[in-house]
Order: sequence, then C-alpha cells, then structure tokens
Amino acid sequence: MRTSRAAQVAAFGAVVVAAQLAASGAGKAFFLTQLTMSAYYTLAVLGLSLLMGYAGQISLGQAGFFAIGGYTSALLTTLDLSSRRGHPAVAALVRLHLATPRPDLFGGQVLGLSPWLACLAAVVLGAAVAVALGVPVLRLRGHYLAMATLAFGTIVSSIAVGTQALGAADGISGVPPFELVPGLRVGGGSADRVPNYYLAWGLVALAMLLLLNLIHSRTGRALAAIHGAEDAARAMGVDAGALKLRTFVLAAVTATVSGVLLTHYNGGIGPSEAGVMKSVRYVAIVAVGGMGSLWGTLTASAVLNFLSLRGYFGAYDDAVFGGILVAVMLFFPDGILAADLRALLSRVAPRRAPGEET
Amino acid sequence: MALLEVDRVSKRFGGVQAVRGVSFRVEEGTVKGLIGPNGAGKTTLFDLVSGFRAPDEGTIRFRDRRVDGRPPHEAAALGMSRTFQNLKVFPHMTALENVMVGRHVRSTGGFVSGMLHTPRSRREERAIAQAALEAMEFVGIAGLAGIPAGSLSYGQQRGVELARALASEPALLLLDEPAAGLNMRETADLAGLIGRIRERGVTVLVVEHDMSLVMSVSDEVAVLCFGEKIADAAPRAVQENADVVRVYLGE
Repeated sequence: MRTSRAAQVAAFGAVVVAAQLAASGAGKAFFLTQLTMSAYYTLAVLGLSLLMGYAGQISLGQAGFFAIGGYTSALLTTLDLSSRRGHPAVAALVRLHLATPRPDLFGGQVLGLSPWLACLAAVVLGAAVAVALGVPVLRLRGHYLAMATLAFGTIVSSIAVGTQALGAADGISGVPPFELVPGLRVGGGSADRVPNYYLAWGLVALAMLLLLNLIHSRTGRALAAIHGAEDAARAMGVDAGALKLRTFVLAAVTATVSGVLLTHYNGGIGPSEAGVMKSVRYVAIVAVGGMGSLWGTLTASAVLNFLSLRGYFGAYDDAVFGGILVAVMLFFPDGILAADLRALLSRVAPRRAPGEET
Repeated sequence: MALLEVDRVSKRFGGVQAVRGVSFRVEEGTVKGLIGPNGAGKTTLFDLVSGFRAPDEGTIRFRDRRVDGRPPHEAAALGMSRTFQNLKVFPHMTALENVMVGRHVRSTGGFVSGMLHTPRSRREERAIAQAALEAMEFVGIAGLAGIPAGSLSYGQQRGVELARALASEPALLLLDEPAAGLNMRETADLAGLIGRIRERGVTVLVVEHDMSLVMSVSDEVAVLCFGEKIADAAPRAVQENADVVRVYLGE
C-alpha cells in the first residue's frame, strides 16, 4: 500500500506529460498557459497545506505573501537604471551581471535588475515579514489566528491598491521574463509555452517531493504531534513555538516564490492577487483536498485553478470558492478527496475482520 | 545531590492557593510517590516540575539546574519525561509513530535534512524506529505498532504514553496517575513495570490515587493536603502517620 515517494512523484510526472500531450494533440495548446498558471498557484497552496494540514495552523494571509513576492520582483525588475549608469553601485551591478540592458516595449533600451536579484530580495522580504508576523500571531489559535492573518492580508491588499509606485489599481506590467538557465525562461511567449509548462509542474513535483520527505521525517512527526496533542508534544521535547514559526515561514516563502514566478510568467501583477478572496481560495483548495493530504491538495488545486482560470465559474468565481469552503466544512471536514473510500465502501460491502490484510 | 529538588514552591490561581511552600527531593534511582486527596495540588505540582506552569515562588532544580519557569521542551531536553492523567496520545498517528516522537530529544534532524531525505536522516530515522520498537517491547505493546493510537483502548493508550515517555531514555520519569482507569490486573502489571523501569536506573516520580500501587512501588512517599506537604517518608511510616490517617480516613 505504501509506494515509495519517488514512485508517487514519478506517477505524477506521467500525468503531467499525458496532460501536455493530450492538450497539444487536441489542438488546445493554449490550455497549457492556464495549466502553467495553476502550477504556480499550486506551489503556494502546497505550502499552506503543510501549515494547515500538518502543523494545524490556519493562515488567511497566504495571498499577502504571494503578493509580496510578485510585487517585489515586478517593482525591482521594471526599474530602469539607465539614467543612473554612472552611479558606482549601478556600475557594480552591471559588472556582476546583476543588471542587464534589454529592449523595452517601445524599442528603446532599459537597464533592469536581474530577476535573480529581485527573487532573492522577494524571498528575504517575504521571510522577514513572515517572522515579524508569525512571532506574535502564532501565539493565537483557531479563529484568532485566522483573524490576525486575515488582517495581514487586508493590509497587504490595501497597500497594493493604494500605492502609486505599485501601480495602484492597475498593478505593474512589463515585467521581463526570468531566465533561469540560458534557453529556459519563465515568461509568457507562446514559443515558450511547453517548456514553461514543464518547468512549472517540475517545480511542483520538486516541492512535492521535498514536502513528502519532510512530513515523513522527525520534523514532520513533531508537527503532526503538535497538531494531535500540543502539550504531549512539548513534554516530549518538541519546541512547538519554534516549529510552528518555521513552518509558517516555509509556507510564506513558497507563496513568495510562486508569486515571483507567476508574475514573470504573466509579465505583470495586479492587486487582485493580493486580495483576501485569493487567500480564502487557497484555504478552500486545501480544505477540498483534505487537511493533511498533499496529493489531495495538489489535485484540487490543479483542477479548481484551471477551471477558474478558464473562466468556467464566470462572474461567480469568488462565490464558487467561498461556497466550496462552506460546503466542505459542513459536509466533508476531512476533505472531499481525502474522504475515506474504504469507509464508504465498507457500508456497502461486508466489513473484514481486523487484522485480516489483503 | 538529589536528582530533583523542589524548594518551597507556591502556586496560586486567583483566590486558590493550589500549592503552598512545598519542598521535597527525589533521589537518583528511587521511586517517589506523591499522594493526596482530590484538590491537594498534586497535578499542579507536577505541572510546575515539568514546566507546564511557572511557580509564583520557590525553585526547582533538576540535575542541579534551575528548571522552574522554563518551558516543557527544555525540561524534556534535560532528561525529564512525563505522562498525562488525561491521556494525550497523538490520535491520528500510529502507536509506533507516537513512540517515535518520544525520540525527539535523542535525535537532531531538522527541516532541511528532513526535506532532502539525506543518508544521515535516513539512518537516524531507522535508529528512531528501532529505539521506539524496543521501548514498546519493554512496555509489552509491540504488537500495536501499526494501529492508529486514537483507536486503541484506554489501557493500551496508557501503554503508548509510557513507551513514548521511556523512548526518550529519561533520567526522571513523571507518571501522572498512571493507574487511573485501569482494572486490578492492569494495575498489578503496571506495578511490575514501574519496578522494571526502576531496575533500568530510571528515577520515577509518580502521582497516584491508588494507595496500594503507590505503597508497593515507592521508596518514599510524600503526602499533599490542600497544597501543603503533611508527610514525606518511607511508605510504612507514612501509613502510620497520624496526620495522613486523619486526612484519608477522617477523624
């Protein structure tokens, strides 16, 4: 019953390949764009799944960290430094290839910061904000933690909408592609569609492998123990506060990185990404996938994000996710995809005696 | 030098003085019983020792280090391990995984090594499972390893808690009413088990209602009443102590 984690991830890889071949073969290669975007959202949701399902902490601020990543990278990579070429700091950046000239939309030349540098700055900022937020709010539990993180999300959203330098309601556009290695860049050109699809889902597979390893390790067990009976975990030597904080930061950093990558893929970011309804959506997806089920979360995220991005939910997009959250909490508190099929089947088929393995 | 030295600790909750100026010592390699009627402050004292509460006054020294007011995980790291009166197993984890958590203080793998599943973390993981199974065998519950702890019987969950606490190879084992909810046969088994734990060189402090258990396993017994210590001596002397008799049997 317990297949190895590598085999699970390999099976997932086969599904990714099959989806690409099916989409391209059916002449619907444009589906790959939405699937790629789904992959980046999935990264953010997987981090949240670890936090909610394994550490037992809720966060309604995940979109805030996504936005911190996206906006930081967008802001830094769209800065034009060409007028300050003479400045020693800028000159040094150019020498280190951390600032490179590129053509702008109008045929001129701009000198922009390297996406690597921007990504690093985004991750540092996201992690720092997560620590600053996590230290006080992780003392709270349940509803209080939800409200505190919700407030954080609201603040980030207000800053995004209200700041001229961040493009206010329009957001930031003209974000350049992110060249990871020569020839492979995170960007939305249609020639790059297939490589970007594999890159994005490859990153999801990598994140999945790391997280699966983590939950089956000493640290993962300690997290599950905190979730199960915090006092007993502490009595066994688990520093619950420190572990919760690290998990919170890890979840925040996955959201930050996914924000960076999706912003480069889309070529921009707008304030809707920072919206509180995005955070609610992430929580809803984790709830559908099942608390404590990374594969369930991944499946729910891929499907629901894809449907949403294709516009199947129309004007009711946010309402659909809100409704899903309510329905799951009422009827499937353990998640629809994690619903115990064996338990359901045992109502139909006669129950086997305990210990009688198949 | 005693392994545990509790010196004039007090704890007040609002208007209730739960523990008042209590001192006692637990010598290395012994079993100490802590008894008293309901509301005598036994569990509060336990929480003070294990770090779940901080005393208002007084000091607690474990292995010659101040532990009063320090968080529970630090006490655990110093070699103190406890069980709970109201069982606290991790219900969704298997019995074995529960006991593996007991090895937390004896292992070091962190976030990064866990995520990367390094050879070192794999070796450590095997060692953790091995030690956990040994603790389960010692307690006599190795057969339950794969079963989710939440679906075990009360007595079996007690066993899981004990194995979990022992898996950390503690210097001091704190047992909070380990016989609560057990039948007579299970209680007798428990007495035998505490004896074997003592033979392993583990010092034990046991809070218990069941007088026959405490009197049979303890080298020394301290008696609490309304937050104060009224006796502290060998079991036989305590049984003959006039104050203790009055508290337990009435005038």
